[in-house]
Order: sequence, then C-alpha cells, then structure tokens
Amino acid sequence: MSDRCALLVGTPKGAFVLDGDSDRQTWTMRGPLCEGWPVHDVSVEPGSGALLAAAGSPWFGPAVWRSEDLGETWTHSSEGLTYGDDGPKVATVWNVTAAPDGTIYAGVEPAGLFRSTDRGETWSHVEGLTNHPSRAEWMPGAGGLILHSIVPHPTDPARIWVGISSVGAFETRDGGATWETRNRGVRAEFSPERYPEFGQCVHKLVMAADGGDHLYQQNHCGVYRSLDGGQQWEEITGTLPSDFGFPMAAHPRDPMTVWTIPLNGADRGRYVPDGRMAVWHTSDGGGSWVRSGDGLPQENAYVGVLREAMAADRLDPVGVYFGTSTGQLYGSRDEGRTWSLIADHLPAIWSVDVFVG
Amino acid sequence: MAEPARAVAHVDGGADPRAIVHLPRALVALFPGTERRLEARGATVAAVIDDLDRQVPGLANRVLDAGPSIRTHLNVFVAGKRATLATPVPDRADVHIIPAVSGG
Repeated sequence: MSDRCALLVGTPKGAFVLDGDSDRQTWTMRGPLCEGWPVHDVSVEPGSGALLAAAGSPWFGPAVWRSEDLGETWTHSSEGLTYGDDGPKVATVWNVTAAPDGTIYAGVEPAGLFRSTDRGETWSHVEGLTNHPSRAEWMPGAGGLILHSIVPHPTDPARIWVGISSVGAFETRDGGATWETRNRGVRAEFSPERYPEFGQCVHKLVMAADGGDHLYQQNHCGVYRSLDGGQQWEEITGTLPSDFGFPMAAHPRDPMTVWTIPLNGADRGRYVPDGRMAVWHTSDGGGSWVRSGDGLPQENAYVGVLREAMAADRLDPVGVYFGTSTGQLYGSRDEGRTWSLIADHLPAIWSVDVFVG
Repeated sequence: MAEPARAVAHVDGGADPRAIVHLPRALVALFPGTERRLEARGATVAAVIDDLDRQVPGLANRVLDAGPSIRTHLNVFVAGKRATLATPVPDRADVHIIPAVSGG
C-alpha cells in the first residue's frame, strides 16, 4: 500500500484523525479537532481531498468545517445555512457530502438540505425538498428530525437521493427542484400502515459500487436493496440476527458486497445481539449473509454502532472500520473477515470515514 | 469562511457610542487572531454585533440565530445587566458575551 490512509472520526467532543502506517496496522491519533464541537460526520471532498465536518455547537450553532491539510487547520461557515428568520432554527448539521461535480450538500436538523457551490463558504436552501407535499406530516424519530444520508449520482448531477429518519428516502432528478418518495417495498412496523408512501425510518442509505440505480439501505425495519434507484425495494434481511441496525457500508468495487452491524432491536436495548459483537456482510447482493466476530469481543459487549459510524476504504484488500457509541474504534484489513482494536476511550463515536490519497 | 480578525478595532469619530466587548474563549478560538476584548460601535446590542461581524466576518452567525435572536445558550450583558438585541448600549459600556453553563 502506498497511499496515505487516515481515519476520520466524529464525536460529540470534536473530530479526530488517525493517520495509518503503510500497512494500516498502526495508527497515530490527532485531536480533538474542530474546537471540540460536536461533529456528526467527517467526509472527504473528491478531487481536492479536503475534509468536511458536519457540526453543531450547543452555544454557537451549526456549521460546516473545512480543512485542506488533513485536519491540521480548519475554517468554518454557516453563511446561508438557515431557513430564514421566520423558519425553524437549524440546530446542527448531520451530514456533509461533496458530489462529483464539486457541489457540497449538507443535511441538517430539523430535516432539510442545503448546498454550496463555493467549497462551503456560503450555503443555500434546497427548497424543493422542504416544499414536498409530505413535509407537514414529517415526524421526528428518536434521534430527531434529521436528514442524515446524502447520495449523489456518480455521473448525473441532477440526481440525488436523501434519507430522513422516520420520513424515508427521496430522490430528485432535476437538481433539487422537485422530489419523489422512494420507499416502496420498505416496511414501517411502527406505523398503522405497514407500507406507507413515506414515514419509513431509513437509518442509512448507500450506493453500490456500480453506482447509478443500485442502492442499499439499513432501515429501522430491515435491510433492503434496490436496482431501480429506490423506486422499488427488495428486503434482504434474510438470515441477519435482527432487522434493526444503523450503519451500512458498500464495497468500493464489488456492487454485491455491503457490510452492516445488526443490533438486537429498537426496543431491546440497541446493542449487539447477545453481547457478542459482529459485522455481517453479503457478497451476493443480500442473498446470504456471513457473520464475522473474529477479533471482536464475544461476550459482555453491550455496545451500539450509530448510523454514520462505519466506512470502507478503497484499497485492496478493502479496509473496513467502525466505531462504537462507547468509544472503541475497530478496523479490518481483510474486507471484514478479521478485526482489531484501533483506538479505545474515545468519546461516543458518531461517525467514521476514510481518507485515502 | 472564518478569517483572521484585526486584533483590536480602532473606531474613529462617528455618532454611535463605542462599546467594549468581551468575548468568550470558545468564541475567539473560532476566529484565529481575534482578541478577547474588542471595541465596537453601535447604539444597541444588535448594532454592536453587526459591527463586530464587520471586524470578524462570520462572528454574527455564531452569536445570532434565525429571527434574529441571541442563540439560546449564549447570554449578553450590557453594563452587567442581561440584555436583548434591542438593549441600548451607552458609550464606553462593557458588553459581555458569555456562554451558558451547560454540557456534559
């Protein structure tokens, strides 16, 4: 491996960067960064390699932070990151994702989408999503009314998918002017109607390696795959020990492979089943699942993993990483077959991403 | 984007009173080079913050929420008394911006 590899970790007490050696075996931690602000997501801007951090301070409000030197120095802005003086107050930024065309998108609480075309210096509200006819009926989930997943199309800048907790998935095909729900086939067991048009609780939405219309999602009620851009979802929960979990990561080259971490259930404590930690993956598009707990605690591990807290790098073999809500960071250098502890005693880990450059 | 601010604002002339603004450490840390104590011109708290934002671009977004209103967990005091955006600021008054005690 000759590429520089760094893990990007978001926590309620700031961001952390862990620089890996050439074998991804030892890691050197820097942090807390972003002045200790609560950071929900740290991602990488394609092309420039700049880091983007989605954050919100209880005192100083929401902002997107930017670093062009892998976390050594940062700037921040929330100029335009507002619903206006008469609108609801933006509490925090949950996700920041840069699209291949250079546009940066920010998902916020209360749920809405903002975009920047000047590298994060100024932001504008994508009003088309807020103007969706369903908006008046959006209800917050346990984590709030949050837009947490942003999935840009790899080649068509007019197409974007977003995921909003307890509201569901949406797609625009006209650059954000209009949006359509993308929840058909997804269960909402907590709703009087099992398959409503919206109201499903998507926990994480990811795109498969072949891009385009091939999507996966970990939902409050199952794991799903779509081959048509979310117009129809097929449940692939199969032999997973639970239909509940938060994170999901897609293989960078194999569209049939995704990883997920089932938790024991929404009303059962939300920790790994039986206190035995494991990452599960499918390599056939959800037809079957394989459990891997090798290197992970197999007893008395009552930990959870949150929606943004798992990521895969693009090296060969792929590295997979996840962080727990109790501050342990684990990694695998063999595509999720075996695991080792990278860091412990961090604050609750809200997000994990990988820089390779 | 946040930019380094002038260390101290030098306000010359003009009819508006000049306040002495005391900023919290956690706020100035967001704007490298900014001093904890700045002079700013304005007849009200809103006007003072507006002037602070001219000196330290982006600072108003950290202090004010939509409305505009002072962010929920920040308090502003003028001459030792809790203030709102409309509170008058006498010439040479001390204006303190203080984060509320919270967190965990």
